Amino acid sequence: MTVTVDLLTQPDQPTAGARLDIAGLLRSEWTKIRSLRSSVTALVLLVVVTIGFTALFVGLTVGQWDQLDRIQELTYRLDPTRLILGAGFQLSQLAVCVLGVLVIANEYSSGTIRSNLLAVPHRTPMLLAKSAVFAVVVFVVSEVAAFGAFAVGAPILHSKVAVGIGDPGVLGALLGAGLYGAVLGVFSIAIGAIVRHTAGGIAGIIAFVLVLAPLTQLIPGSIGDHVYAYLPTSAGQLMVNARQGPKDLLTPWQGFGVMCLWTVALMLLANALLRRGDA
Amino acid sequence: MSCGNACVSMLLRSPSHVIEVRNLCKVYGSKVVIDVLSFTVEPGVVTGFLGPNGAGKSTTMRLIVGLDRPTSGGATIGGVRYADLPRPLRVVGALLDAGATHKGRSAFDHLLYLAQTQGISRRRVAEVLELVGLSEVAHERAGSFSLGMGQRLGLAAALLGDPQVLILDEPVNGLDPDGIMWIRKLVIELAAEGRTILISSHLMSEMAATATNLVVIGRGRLIAACTTDDFIERSSKRSVLVKSPDSSALSELISAAGGHVDTDTDGALIVHSIDAAHIGALASHAGLELHELTPQLASLEDAFMEQTHASTEFGGHNADGDRDALATTSSGARS
Repeated sequence: MTVTVDLLTQPDQPTAGARLDIAGLLRSEWTKIRSLRSSVTALVLLVVVTIGFTALFVGLTVGQWDQLDRIQELTYRLDPTRLILGAGFQLSQLAVCVLGVLVIANEYSSGTIRSNLLAVPHRTPMLLAKSAVFAVVVFVVSEVAAFGAFAVGAPILHSKVAVGIGDPGVLGALLGAGLYGAVLGVFSIAIGAIVRHTAGGIAGIIAFVLVLAPLTQLIPGSIGDHVYAYLPTSAGQLMVNARQGPKDLLTPWQGFGVMCLWTVALMLLANALLRRGDA
Repeated sequence: MSCGNACVSMLLRSPSHVIEVRNLCKVYGSKVVIDVLSFTVEPGVVTGFLGPNGAGKSTTMRLIVGLDRPTSGGATIGGVRYADLPRPLRVVGALLDAGATHKGRSAFDHLLYLAQTQGISRRRVAEVLELVGLSEVAHERAGSFSLGMGQRLGLAAALLGDPQVLILDEPVNGLDPDGIMWIRKLVIELAAEGRTILISSHLMSEMAATATNLVVIGRGRLIAACTTDDFIERSSKRSVLVKSPDSSALSELISAAGGHVDTDTDGALIVHSIDAAHIGALASHAGLELHELTPQLASLEDAFMEQTHASTEFGGHNADGDRDALATTSSGARS
């Protein structure tokens, strides 16, 4: 009898080093995202607003086409995808930033981080699973928004510049929008995990995306250009262009690499803080 | 959780889920919150965790489950550190702060995402919601819950993995009398199934009714780790209730013999410092009539007040004399 009991108790024994249930962790993070009405609403709005603003902005540009200066017109003719995706994109990236910060900072403000760390005491897998799920969600949503924007914007622009999805670089730019969004989402999670505060985290990411980039352009000479080129968002945004612009210092993929490096660095910092500290 | 199940799970489960706290220290800045604390929590009974406000109860619990990092020392559960449990919720259920749910998420979803990290089924989620009486509001936003409902949800999360070990910090907070009775019954039942249960509360009567063993701490140090009965027994506040038609004469005799006599509102005598046998002998020698002669135990509250106070003032029953000599003389309360 004792032997039987011992055998039966084996699976219940707390054993060290057993494998973590990665699929379960990913499912859990997905449940968290989809079970909050606010995040679902934000993602739907992201698509709607992106497409809406693309239509509006491209429409306005087409209406004012005669008043464009030569350089602008040339830029648009050279890379019409940049014009189409540019408008809604600026808005959607802000939504991704805010959501990314919220995904983690909310856990601190609501206290759910403690429930979570009780379930995943090693902490790092939780951060990775969260980042992975959010990246995939943002990628899919950004692609829907980008393809939707292109489908709406290209016909409006057609009277001035003809652009099709088969044109060189266009498909790459559309895919780039999703990749950029996904990495930006992870970047935002890292900021949120470091700051651990909703308002503070959002302020931080907005500073990175909206304030820092224009600020560096005020630095005179090539130093400013170089600093600007290596900022995470300005580097990453190159992915959304169908071709390398004359003023771009990096190719799209180089820019994407730079953004990924920023993200990895911040994630390492976030992870170190998460593991070291009291929750 | 029926009786049949209880008996089966008692046989199937290992009896080794002891919580062992060894030389635990936690320093925040220059403040020593937990000061070389060691104790053991045994399975099969409810262990009450007591201490004045700021004694370090919650911190100790957070250290046991790895939410806070100990400065030195540590804790194991069944010989394993919490962080090394592959699916910790299946071994240890903890209720540390019941408010730890996102207001916008439903009770069901809150438990579901926890369950998914541990390979626990949706059916079990529904089951624990039923158990804590939240089935009907399972799909309502947790933000609409009352304090008591939030507490029930926290308890559901603790019970989710059908754990062998439960660590509950003030579980009856915010519950109505029905809820308090229900938790009391539940933890006693779970302990009877052979589980290890550590439960903190500031309600002494509640602890007296629930806990077989006690761990009492003050200022981060151990004051007592013993059975509740022993703890109360230790109190010098033990007394004898005496009823007699000749109470004034008897009272003089007792005082002369070194006893300390108080009179309660009914005119009965409450005698300290000498025991019932001695009083009986005095009465019998003097030929005085006795109607009642009952040894009275101090309440847990009395014992607690006395012993936590003593500990902060004189170092209490801690064997660690050198350290205690250094203890300051102010009261044990920390804000």
